[in-house]
Amino acid sequence: MVAHNFRHALFCAVITLIIAWPIMGLKLTAVGTNITVAGADSFTWIAVAVAAAIVFAFQLFRDHIMGNLSGVAALNPLANREPLPDEKRLRLENIGLVLLIAIALIWPFFVSRGAVDLATLVLIYIMLALGLNVVVGLAGLLDLGYVASYAVGAYTFALLSNYWGISFWMALPIGALLAALFGLVLGFPVLRLRGDYLAIVTLGFGEIIRILLNNWTSVTGGPNGIGGIPDPTLFGMEFGRRVKEEGNTSFHETFGIAYASEHKVIFLYLIALVLAVITAFVIRRLMRMPVGRSWEALREDEIAARSLGLSRTGVKLSAFTIGAFFAGFAGTVFASKQGFISPESFVFLESAIILAIVVLGGMGSQIGVILAAIAVTILPELAREFSEYRMLIFGAAMVLMMVWRPQGLMPMRRRHIKLKAGA
Amino acid sequence: MQDLLYFCQQLINGLTIGSTYALIAIGYTMVYGIIGMINFAHGEIYMIGAYTALIAITGLATLGIAWLPLVLLIALICAVIVSSSMGWAVERVAYRPVRGRHRLIPLISAIGMSIFLQNYVHLSQGSRNIGFPALIEGGFQFGGDESFQLSISWIQITIFVTTFICMSALSLFISRSRIGRACRAVSQDLGMANLLGIDTNRIISATFVIGAALAAVAGLLLGMYYGSVDPLFGFIAGLKAFTAAVLGGIGSIPGAMLGGLILGIAEAMTSGYLSGEYKDVISFSLLILILLFKPTGLLGKPEVEKI
Repeated sequence: MVAHNFRHALFCAVITLIIAWPIMGLKLTAVGTNITVAGADSFTWIAVAVAAAIVFAFQLFRDHIMGNLSGVAALNPLANREPLPDEKRLRLENIGLVLLIAIALIWPFFVSRGAVDLATLVLIYIMLALGLNVVVGLAGLLDLGYVASYAVGAYTFALLSNYWGISFWMALPIGALLAALFGLVLGFPVLRLRGDYLAIVTLGFGEIIRILLNNWTSVTGGPNGIGGIPDPTLFGMEFGRRVKEEGNTSFHETFGIAYASEHKVIFLYLIALVLAVITAFVIRRLMRMPVGRSWEALREDEIAARSLGLSRTGVKLSAFTIGAFFAGFAGTVFASKQGFISPESFVFLESAIILAIVVLGGMGSQIGVILAAIAVTILPELAREFSEYRMLIFGAAMVLMMVWRPQGLMPMRRRHIKLKAGA
Repeated sequence: MQDLLYFCQQLINGLTIGSTYALIAIGYTMVYGIIGMINFAHGEIYMIGAYTALIAITGLATLGIAWLPLVLLIALICAVIVSSSMGWAVERVAYRPVRGRHRLIPLISAIGMSIFLQNYVHLSQGSRNIGFPALIEGGFQFGGDESFQLSISWIQITIFVTTFICMSALSLFISRSRIGRACRAVSQDLGMANLLGIDTNRIISATFVIGAALAAVAGLLLGMYYGSVDPLFGFIAGLKAFTAAVLGGIGSIPGAMLGGLILGIAEAMTSGYLSGEYKDVISFSLLILILLFKPTGLLGKPEVEKI
């Protein structure tokens, strides 16, 4: 056994060297038309050697380490606690939510502009993640083209304002409805497909949308995107220094206060906050309704759900449509926040990030998804020097989550009764 | 006459690209045939193969070795070794622990692995695309007048010949060797094969290694054909190859070859007669249409859902 372990450990260490050394240790650089290859600095070499040594040691003592690790999970005292009784939990949740929303309403007036801007982005991701949570987490349909609905929302607003001068408030429902329609249309053909095929087809749809946006230059501006997207107004009051559109007044003149560029940022943040709260609330209600229950039923066992009389078509389409609707919301806010959109913002990686948020938070769990959206958006900003490692860590985190905790960091809990031993 | 020549030219271009898609598609189809998961990171393994080959070629040029067959052979061996190790390690780290769980879990793990590998190369080799030296130059010109001539380059011929050799070797390996027989047994019934004394874990690892090795060959060939590599170039190629695998019937090795060729021709015809920008749209639309109307593909077996 020891000899076998040793051979296996040595093999793993050699493989580590083979996969790390050429790619990390030998760097290609293009000098004009020539390419040269140079060894990396000594730090990289040491890192590769250390990695191989760690793999060797881990594989050699694998049985011991894994044996000890399995004890660690039992140390978490919260892991097996019973869910709280419904009334108590609802009361606690309501108090928590009210406090949370109150804090979210007040804090932007005391912090810097950049922080509020970032918070708006976080709220956009929360909307997206909550929407995708319906499709992936509740209905169990792995949608890898979710970013397409987001793009539909954003481009609807951009195009409408560009060609017909339609304002944010008009475009918001139109964008969301068009995105929902897109979700419905996309949902129809893929109904019959099984899990992984569905993922690939939605990925294909997402890519097709992006390529079309990129190449339909006469309408969408192609890779140059669309600029000059107007900011939202408050009952006809604009937030710019000067009024751009006839008939509007400006916010600072109406209230007789000095012009400040923060007003616009905070206003946009508040809009995003309200929309995110609406999203969370609506989906929370839907989860308790028959349609929400049937999403989960279909996810758990399609055949059983169908034989109990659930319509697969209706259930799946409703999940796609509702998910896409909220992506449309998020897209409209995003277009308004950026003032400029291009196909660059709607690549597959964006879908993968939203998916990573849902997976990290715990599929189906709203609180988990919201916390994950906050973490995934803010952490890279806090650790700027590591920002280029962001996607690397994302990828690794997705793999690790699937291996160790596929239910996510804060999995969905529901009331259950456990038989007591000896009862 | 001119039109016919133009058509033939597109056909040749399509067959060239298609045969490399077929090489990559083998990896998808074998893995799907055995453990029923989409190895999303396969495109990245192909990309790593291309990078390794380029590093080897550049290194050899620095050492002053310029005899072409030797350079290509060493580059090929390096690429195959690194990619196969990568394939083995990916299966070990990201797929084996989640094997047998709900269908979506291995797929999400594979997407994570794909993002990880892309950024691994991106961080260590930079995000810019790097030119691949044109080692094999020249070709033949046929018929026509000054305005249009049918041309076949040596690199295209190399691609055909290499692909043909690899495919024949693979077919022989699968049909004659012990491991090949075990592969077929495992893909028919994993549990039964295990009971009969086949080390299924080793066979699954072997499948990943074979797929990765073929992807590395494709990486070297396509790198030379396109003339540049970048960390993202595995993603699209991987999707195309997956399309090819589905087109031919996922799980079937001849299907992957056929699917690759059909997809390559479809793409070449689109870029030849419509516009190069829409060739990706065509292949994705093809993928969607097949999955909708004939999910088993051209040569695939229908999958019976057991209750």
